[in-house]
Amino acid sequence: MANNGDDVTDAQFTIKEGDCVVLKRGDVFKAAQIQKKRKVIFEKQWFLLDNAIGELYGTTFEVASGGTLQPLKPKHNECSAEIKEAGTDNRNIVDDGRSQKLTRDDIETLKGQGLKGQEIVQQLVENSTTFRDKTEFAQEKYIKKKKKKYENIVTILKPSTRILAQMYHGREPGKICHLRYDSLAQMLTLGNVHAGTKMIVFETCAGLVLGAVMERMGGHGSVIQMYPGGGPVRAATESFGFPERFHQTLHEFPLCKVNALLAGKLSLDAEGKGEEADAGPGDAPGAVPANPAAMEGEEGSPEAESMDTSPEGPGKEREERDRRREDKAQEKKVKMAEKRKKLSAAAALLQGRDADGLVIASRLHPCPVLLGLLKFVAPSRPFVVFCQYREPLIECYTKLREQGGAINLRLSETWLRHYQVLPNRTHPVLLMSGGGGYLLSGTTVMAEASQPSGSQRAEEPSLKRKLAETEG
Amino acid sequence: MSFVEYADLIQEGDVAIIFMGHDSMFPVKVQQGAQTQTRYGVIRHSTDLIGRRFGSKVTCSKGGWVYVLHPTPELWTLNLPHRTQILYTTDIANITMMLELKPGSVVCESGTGSGSLSHAILRTIAPTGRLYTVEFHQQRAEKAIEEFREHKVGHLVTVLNQDVCKDGFGVTGVADAVFLDIPSPWEAIGHAKSAIKRHGGRLCSFSPCIEQVQRTCAALAEHGFGEICTLEVLLRVFDVRSVSLALPDFGPDDPLQAGPDAPGEGGAPGTPAANATVTCKTAMPPREMAGHTGYLTFATKSLV
Repeated sequence: MANNGDDVTDAQFTIKEGDCVVLKRGDVFKAAQIQKKRKVIFEKQWFLLDNAIGELYGTTFEVASGGTLQPLKPKHNECSAEIKEAGTDNRNIVDDGRSQKLTRDDIETLKGQGLKGQEIVQQLVENSTTFRDKTEFAQEKYIKKKKKKYENIVTILKPSTRILAQMYHGREPGKICHLRYDSLAQMLTLGNVHAGTKMIVFETCAGLVLGAVMERMGGHGSVIQMYPGGGPVRAATESFGFPERFHQTLHEFPLCKVNALLAGKLSLDAEGKGEEADAGPGDAPGAVPANPAAMEGEEGSPEAESMDTSPEGPGKEREERDRRREDKAQEKKVKMAEKRKKLSAAAALLQGRDADGLVIASRLHPCPVLLGLLKFVAPSRPFVVFCQYREPLIECYTKLREQGGAINLRLSETWLRHYQVLPNRTHPVLLMSGGGGYLLSGTTVMAEASQPSGSQRAEEPSLKRKLAETEG
Repeated sequence: MSFVEYADLIQEGDVAIIFMGHDSMFPVKVQQGAQTQTRYGVIRHSTDLIGRRFGSKVTCSKGGWVYVLHPTPELWTLNLPHRTQILYTTDIANITMMLELKPGSVVCESGTGSGSLSHAILRTIAPTGRLYTVEFHQQRAEKAIEEFREHKVGHLVTVLNQDVCKDGFGVTGVADAVFLDIPSPWEAIGHAKSAIKRHGGRLCSFSPCIEQVQRTCAALAEHGFGEICTLEVLLRVFDVRSVSLALPDFGPDDPLQAGPDAPGEGGAPGTPAANATVTCKTAMPPREMAGHTGYLTFATKSLV
């Protein structure tokens, strides 16, 4: 229970080559991978991540000349220019555009001299004629603003749902159907996502929702990702940097075979048709599943091979090429067999119709997706559907009510408000509304097949409730 | 059944949720020979519950019926016996994600209160995580221990009956996350810091009043916490219903043709009847909703 084995635990908190990380500056995030001698561009500056290797996660670095990172001691961070003199109001501050005595050229020169960001900020403060007349709060704000501009610091963090969901929402909301992170948080909780469950996920959110579900399951249980088109998109999932054992619990199943599976007509060994259908996806544009190569740890190997062979004679080269083509064909066959095996494994998981939950977040119309996939879920299990718009969820709600098999239906939305909390300056910073999307959640129940109550057709037990609803 | 593992069939000793409608459900402890009264009649545990599947429809003695559901932390939150004010699912969801909880996480919590959040934490950190929860009220602490055992999550949690502001969490350097829901969280920040792992971790404090938030933020900054962020999440639940809107009656299309002779009967052919309506599906916000639960302040313990 005490603080034992620091050396052992240190390893998992250390940044290593090949790690998936998130860069942070201010409130801006960017996912990256630690690779030696690879330039990374972030917030209008480029640098190399080489020096981060061996440092602990959470370390803040200063970008030095030549793009190298230098770890900053966290303690030193906060010794900003202490404020000595300050005005009380701005009645005598005139905007004549000449309060800053340093010109743009001067600042460029300072930068050229390799001055640190903090020193530049100090210079700016000293050369501002109005700084001392500003109120204490205004001075603080001024420094904060300048620091943001001139201090080239970056923090390296371990990826998590919290960080990646905020990153995607900030940078590319379109790619995740404008799913705001508080909505994602609701989905994971309402879906009762936890270790040891069998979850069905259908999403077109770049793999963010899938990653979030996998994080919550911690590699225990199984996830079946249903995908539209040629293959599952998992760009965001990759950014989580899950260990290999997590991927062993991840399955995928094409949406276009759901009907066949439900009808019991899924052909797993019908070579001709199945194969062709399977072959298409990989080449389909836009469907590039970032997974196979990267995950199986074969990155770089083909390249290395070709470099080895290039210096040899032309005859040998042709021979080599033929051999390689053969290898490729062989490889393709193996992959195909692998894919079939995976498909049948996913089909077997679905066939039991005993999944522990269903999570949907996509740009497709949620109604058919929900009604179709709900058939694979066991009774008394939660499901949750996200949609950027409210109307399609109203339709889902209505259809489910008519059809039965689900209770506890709830259409909801969350609003998120951030606060600036500072001495004497506390207020809400931002009202985020509308954009977070809507959720429909509920619980499955046994289908109406039971004999004794066959005559009753109401969807919810409470008659009173039904009446109340039609009243309005 | 347990709160961290689904089961298909209802067994003796389980907690089951009797569902009669959104606003009408309650938990029962399933016991051989026991009976539960509902407004639809009696439910006999031995025949109506034990051995049946969770999610079944159960017909009560008066012919009415209810559903029996598998317990989840979310259903528990709606049904638990209140010993204190509790945290609800909307806040819990954000706390869980923003504290980065997952299987294996070690979490410190205070106070335990009625255990609403505790159950959600335990669900998330199982099977390998651990919760250290501190409650200074002896009776509540004991009740919590009993409940955790009944819900088969006792192996994942340690309940300590002490004052977190004075005595801390009883552990040091082990936590990935700390959650505070106490009247003076700023007095516990130091203890929270020492409970968190040397490599850092996350903290959350829940307070209803902004003055509490201010003091907490000041204490967090003083103790070297970073990424301090205060937010508030509001839940809006919609009621899906059909509404009918009456169409206006502008009178007959062509007044000349219709003639001024029939002032009382606006019923010229081709125009909508006087009481024509259009029906549409809509989602209505409730007339009243929870406008505030508490501010959530998050922070990261930085490297030391």
